[in-house]
Amino acid sequence: MELNELRAQTRDLIEDPTLTFRQRMHRLATLAENALEPPQVSAACAEALEKRVVCDMFEGNAPHRPRYLLPDFAKLLREGSTFLELGPARDLDEALTHLLIAYSQTPSITGYPVWLGDVDTLLAPYVDDVSDEELHRRLRLFWISVDRMFPDAFTHANLGPDDNRVARTVLRLERELLQVVPNLTLKVDADRTPDSLVRDGVETVFACGKPHFVNHSMMSGDLSRGYGVVSCYNSLPAGGGSHTLVRLNLREVALRHDGDRRGFLEELLPHYVELTAELMEARIRHLVERSGFFDHSWLATDGLLHLDRYTAMFGIYGLAEATSIVLEHEGIEARYGHDQVADDLAHEIVEAVSRLVADRPMPYCEGTGGRALLHSQSGIDSDIGVTAGTRIPVGDEPGLLRHLQAVTPNHRLFPAGVSDILAFDETARRNPDAVVDVIRGAFRTGMRDMTFNLDSNDFIRITGYLVRKSDLAKIEHGARHDSTFLGAGAVEQMHVDQRTPKRIIAHEMGG
Amino acid sequence: MAGPLVAPPAAVRRPGGGDPLLTRARVADVIPFSWVDGPGNRYVVFVQGCSFDCVACHNPETIAPRTPGGRVATVGDLLTDLRPAAPYLAGVTVSGGEATGQWHFVRDLFRGVRADGELSRLTTFVDSNGNALPRVWDRLLPVTDGFMIDLKALDPEVHRRLTGRGNDLVLDSIRHLHGAGKLHEVRLLLVPGYNDSPDQLARTAEWLADLDPALRVVVIGFRQHGVRPEYAGVPEATADLLAGWRAGLEAAGLSGVVTV
Repeated sequence: MELNELRAQTRDLIEDPTLTFRQRMHRLATLAENALEPPQVSAACAEALEKRVVCDMFEGNAPHRPRYLLPDFAKLLREGSTFLELGPARDLDEALTHLLIAYSQTPSITGYPVWLGDVDTLLAPYVDDVSDEELHRRLRLFWISVDRMFPDAFTHANLGPDDNRVARTVLRLERELLQVVPNLTLKVDADRTPDSLVRDGVETVFACGKPHFVNHSMMSGDLSRGYGVVSCYNSLPAGGGSHTLVRLNLREVALRHDGDRRGFLEELLPHYVELTAELMEARIRHLVERSGFFDHSWLATDGLLHLDRYTAMFGIYGLAEATSIVLEHEGIEARYGHDQVADDLAHEIVEAVSRLVADRPMPYCEGTGGRALLHSQSGIDSDIGVTAGTRIPVGDEPGLLRHLQAVTPNHRLFPAGVSDILAFDETARRNPDAVVDVIRGAFRTGMRDMTFNLDSNDFIRITGYLVRKSDLAKIEHGARHDSTFLGAGAVEQMHVDQRTPKRIIAHEMGG
Repeated sequence: MAGPLVAPPAAVRRPGGGDPLLTRARVADVIPFSWVDGPGNRYVVFVQGCSFDCVACHNPETIAPRTPGGRVATVGDLLTDLRPAAPYLAGVTVSGGEATGQWHFVRDLFRGVRADGELSRLTTFVDSNGNALPRVWDRLLPVTDGFMIDLKALDPEVHRRLTGRGNDLVLDSIRHLHGAGKLHEVRLLLVPGYNDSPDQLARTAEWLADLDPALRVVVIGFRQHGVRPEYAGVPEATADLLAGWRAGLEAAGLSGVVTV
């Protein structure tokens, strides 16, 4: 960037009245980082990035902290921290204070922590002698603190899979406080999680769009040393995380395709998967070898974060468009989510990418066997005309059963997470057990993640994170949550507010 | 319109003499997921044909015993159709039209569900206008987990004005199914100007409370949606009316009142 351009952009930021101090500081830091040259890659890779076939998620030109960090907060509570000058937490007040302190010192791409840990499991040892009323009072202050101190909807807390008082209290607080932060996931296990806890989660969705539900049995199978769900439904090894997330735009790849599907699957796709991997590798090497993050971060030196539990996320998006384009070249007009021939090809494409990613060694990814993890990437605000991840296009979703049948076969191929968002109409509110049935069935049949939207609350889900409609309405005056700015762009460009509600029949017939 | 059906019309008799998978039904519609036809997420078969001709019917096209181009499906067809939906379901409901009008089919469908290893965890429910003889219920009781019965009006004359028929059989059915321990709920559809007077509330509440104070009673307000044009003048039930009925039913000692 030219110096004059840098100065002009700096000046704009300094004089932008809609930004809070911290938002301004974060943008200024990003500007400085992007004044550096990005990590060296081949000309082909640079061109793919420039044409946005490959996308670096605008993480910044000089990676100096991992994108996702999942610190071992249990160890912090158990043993304390040398860097933070904290001893072991001895009671609930100390545990909550320790956590807030540690969160405030945990970096990420947004500058705010993306993972708050398995909050209920973390606090369980401290609540036995605390009354329900007192637990509610203290967790309420903690929950308010999290939203006000880390105003970023990518900040994500986990609950479950076992039932306990903390999980129940958190869900109740979510319904009472209606906060954007934290984003929330309930881990659901077929045997360990009772229906009543899942139903409690479903009724919380009715109020605020959270929690997201994750198939615990499946996740534990893929990441057996423990996992957390962070940011927009990214499931990653606990005690580690992901260095980076680079994503491949399958629609753009398909636009460069000619001929039959073999050429797409066997030549074009491997070429662009390799370019994506090349960019990932360059960014990882910069982070680990040049910035030295894992040598000097307190999280690493205190033993809360381990390089050998790290991985990297290989994201894909635009599957729906890619499928239709490849089929067009075969003279077939068909849509993913509506035509079996398209569903089958979509699955074939995901399988092909999955194999390629599994065959490509990736440095410093010992957390997942020296390979990146495949992720169905849920979009960013600048995406236009391309569908997030492996979703069915917004507004074009079929009936619920068909929707589930189309997307389910792909889920097992995304150990780092996949979010298919299902929009329900109001009849769900009167029958939360029905939603529990759908979740149980989805997990029984191999879905990894489930997310629901209801039109009738103040929350709208953008990619995986939430913004409040009432905050969007006054965006020109700024927003306390940084993510609301991104949400405003997404609503404008991606029409995420127009997901087809699943119209479960609302009137009994006859009778 | 058919009367209370004990002997089914020829179309639903078993051809081939005995394989329950071949039992046929005249079907108005099938939906894989419904959230308003019993507990949890349910696969629902709406059969064609009803013994009542209700003012408030939301699906009047299902009243006639058959329609041009009407669909006929066998038990086997429906079991095949519901199988992919089964992992997500709490159960299967037969509604209508009027389910008991084709009770051979209902019985054989539910037998089929219960006999199938993959499907046997599903519950079986019938949604009915209650206008059937005890012997019909006795055929269905062994294969049905719950019955949801409409009580259009307690007063026989009001019932006749609303449905074209009296309610002796309906009241008997409610008592009979309750006695068998399988009455899941009684539904009251409030149609302003017909069955919503304070006097009817008082008597209905007393009758239901006398049957069982813990009975699940679902109070539904009449809506114009789907109703035939000649009844366009019937006003919709207000939220206040529903709340008043709920309060009245609860005052009579009923503890399981739900308003929709």
